[in-house]
Amino acid sequence: MRSTWKVGGLLGVLTLGVLLASPHDAAAQARPPVKAAAAPAAPAGAAVEAVLTSAPDVPPPLTRRDPAKVVVHLEVREVDLEISDGVMYTFWTFGGQVPGKFIRVRQGDTVEFHLQNHPDNKMPHNIDLHAVTGPGGGATSSFTAPGHESQFTFRALNPGLYVYHCATAPVGMHIANGMYGLILVEPPQGLSKVDREFYVMQGDFYTVGSYREKGAQPFDMQKAIDEKATYVLFNGSEGALVGDKALKAKVGDRIRMFVGNGGPNLVSSFHVIGEIFDRVYTEGGSRYQENVQTTLIPAGGSAIVEFKAEVPGTYIIVDHSIFRTFNKGALGMLKVEGAEDKLVYSGKEVDADYLSEKAGPPSTAVASAVTALEKGTLDIKTQTAAGEMLFKGTCSVCHQTTGQGLPNVFPPLAKSDFLMANKQRSIEIVLKGLNGPVTVNGKTFNSVMPPMSQLRDDEVANILTYVRNAWGNKGEQVTAAEVTATRSKIKLPPGAAH
Amino acid sequence: MRAVVLSLAIVLAGGSAFAAAPGGMARVGPGSLRPLYAPDSGTTAIDVRAFELARVPVTNREFLAFVQSHPEWRRDRVAHVFADDGYLRHWVQPDELGAGVDPDQPVTQVSWFAAKAYCAAQGQRLPTEAEWELAAAAGDTSADGSTEAGIRERILAWYGRPAGARLDAVGHGTANYWGVYDLNTLVWEWVLDFNGTLVSGDSRSGASADRMQFCGAGALAAGDKQDYASFMRLAFRGSLEARYTTSSLGFRCARDVVGP
Repeated sequence: MRSTWKVGGLLGVLTLGVLLASPHDAAAQARPPVKAAAAPAAPAGAAVEAVLTSAPDVPPPLTRRDPAKVVVHLEVREVDLEISDGVMYTFWTFGGQVPGKFIRVRQGDTVEFHLQNHPDNKMPHNIDLHAVTGPGGGATSSFTAPGHESQFTFRALNPGLYVYHCATAPVGMHIANGMYGLILVEPPQGLSKVDREFYVMQGDFYTVGSYREKGAQPFDMQKAIDEKATYVLFNGSEGALVGDKALKAKVGDRIRMFVGNGGPNLVSSFHVIGEIFDRVYTEGGSRYQENVQTTLIPAGGSAIVEFKAEVPGTYIIVDHSIFRTFNKGALGMLKVEGAEDKLVYSGKEVDADYLSEKAGPPSTAVASAVTALEKGTLDIKTQTAAGEMLFKGTCSVCHQTTGQGLPNVFPPLAKSDFLMANKQRSIEIVLKGLNGPVTVNGKTFNSVMPPMSQLRDDEVANILTYVRNAWGNKGEQVTAAEVTATRSKIKLPPGAAH
Repeated sequence: MRAVVLSLAIVLAGGSAFAAAPGGMARVGPGSLRPLYAPDSGTTAIDVRAFELARVPVTNREFLAFVQSHPEWRRDRVAHVFADDGYLRHWVQPDELGAGVDPDQPVTQVSWFAAKAYCAAQGQRLPTEAEWELAAAAGDTSADGSTEAGIRERILAWYGRPAGARLDAVGHGTANYWGVYDLNTLVWEWVLDFNGTLVSGDSRSGASADRMQFCGAGALAAGDKQDYASFMRLAFRGSLEARYTTSSLGFRCARDVVGP
């Protein structure tokens, strides 16, 4: 089996030799005309060792006018690193950290690739570079045991920003452990000049412990199969691009980010809060879209985003599937220093109170109910009036001002058998929220109502008194004392307490 | 007293490798394995006849004795086709362990050829892949460890750790159902037919001729796609050539059951 690959590798080299010697570049002919026009000349001059960098750094732009033979040495290391504060994870890496080293070559270059599997590693590894035209993207020729090295050679036929990753079984696990990076194949004319280039790569991680659970956290295969990520991260750890490690630029800088997504599972909605990308080379290809807010980066794909830093401040880099940012770690920072430009962005000019029109003007009904409660004169009429105002501000979003709810989504309160059957239960639902299937008037609803933790006990009482006496419902008063008693009796879930 | 002298003599002769406690051979099987990749669609189980397997992996001490009695296996004399440059390189000298190497640690940095020669010198052989997998599939109290809580997690915990850490001495943990130690949790181990399961360098090839490979086809063909520890063993074995050595790869010997 293995000797077959070696023969194959040898044939590959021979074929390449033929291509290089041929007056007509057969490889270029096989490609669409646009590529043939950019058909590179044969590599000239001595072999050069590729400059490799760790994120967020990018190797300097290539200044060569001609293709070259480029030698890449990439070492696989299995290392214990911090994935979050006080949380250790065993990463499998191309070059010692996640993402793998950034590789920069030129279209037409002949790349001699050496994959080195460090002797202290336990696992075999290989590499599939999406920039490679050939079976497995190099994976078939680079399967390497610990303490060994493989070599293969490919020609960079197509320009673009490409993901590379390990493709050893179990492939998903090797990728989930951080085995991915980016290789840029510059077009012959190079990329436009910018002031700063950055390397950012997203990945999702799956640990046995929950998010930020301290200690050494092993990989969790079941969560990976279920695609329930514990962490979604830029550059392999929660702290990779924040605080002192934030990306830095100056006002007026033209910025280019090479953004990759290693996956293994999740697609990124890449966004920089407060910036508009002037250009996005979508999917790392040759054409750009202009004026983009958020760009979609597939797992195993990339994008090149360019923008000018015009206003100083801290710009937050996020996956706009936004719970990943605030609950799974997908947050980076770009700090732009320099003079303010008030014409572009004013800063805060007005700080005033605002109440949504739904809630109406400051409610005298709500205030009267509070006063009446203090005086001990609160009657059902005052309560329902206050409750109606509060209901419109809080509950009507889902249950609608008519109390009808939305078919199949939000259950009705009007003439609701479920609501009217049990006063105590309705108090508990407002305090604790409700999660899971309920049957209301013969129909099943399976939705989520969050705990109404922002409401005071007297407000809950007023709302419940209202809904139990509106839209044809007829029920007794709910008192603040009943709500307080219920609150002290039940166990509120985390986040539901005041 | 007599027994002590006897066993000492055996060790000096470089004969019985199983002097360290717990030593000796354990009887394993008969049993049947659910193949990760069935050779054909009709095969749902591979029957393994009873055999004997060393309770613990071969140690540095034992392998040193072998090298001393078989100097052609010294690292400075071994033919390059039988062992790569890493062969026994963690020893301070070709015939000396040195202070940094615990004699009771499993020997690593050994090639398949060397492991095979060692076992032959004991009148034994390497276990087959099926034999090794049968022994390693056991739990603490039953032949099928997949039914025991925590077994898979224990195995995966080892798979998830880098190999750089210092190895424990052999026989450190607890014996499994068959009375065998250290399977799955100390070092990778050579098997006789380590490259018997067809695995290509690209773990995802799904061509019809490669039906037994584990990734693209694995989702359909693998016996239990949750058993990714097995995938990792297959991938590891598939990355090896017989002359290769690594810092986390050792071996133990086996033999056919003698008598009834």
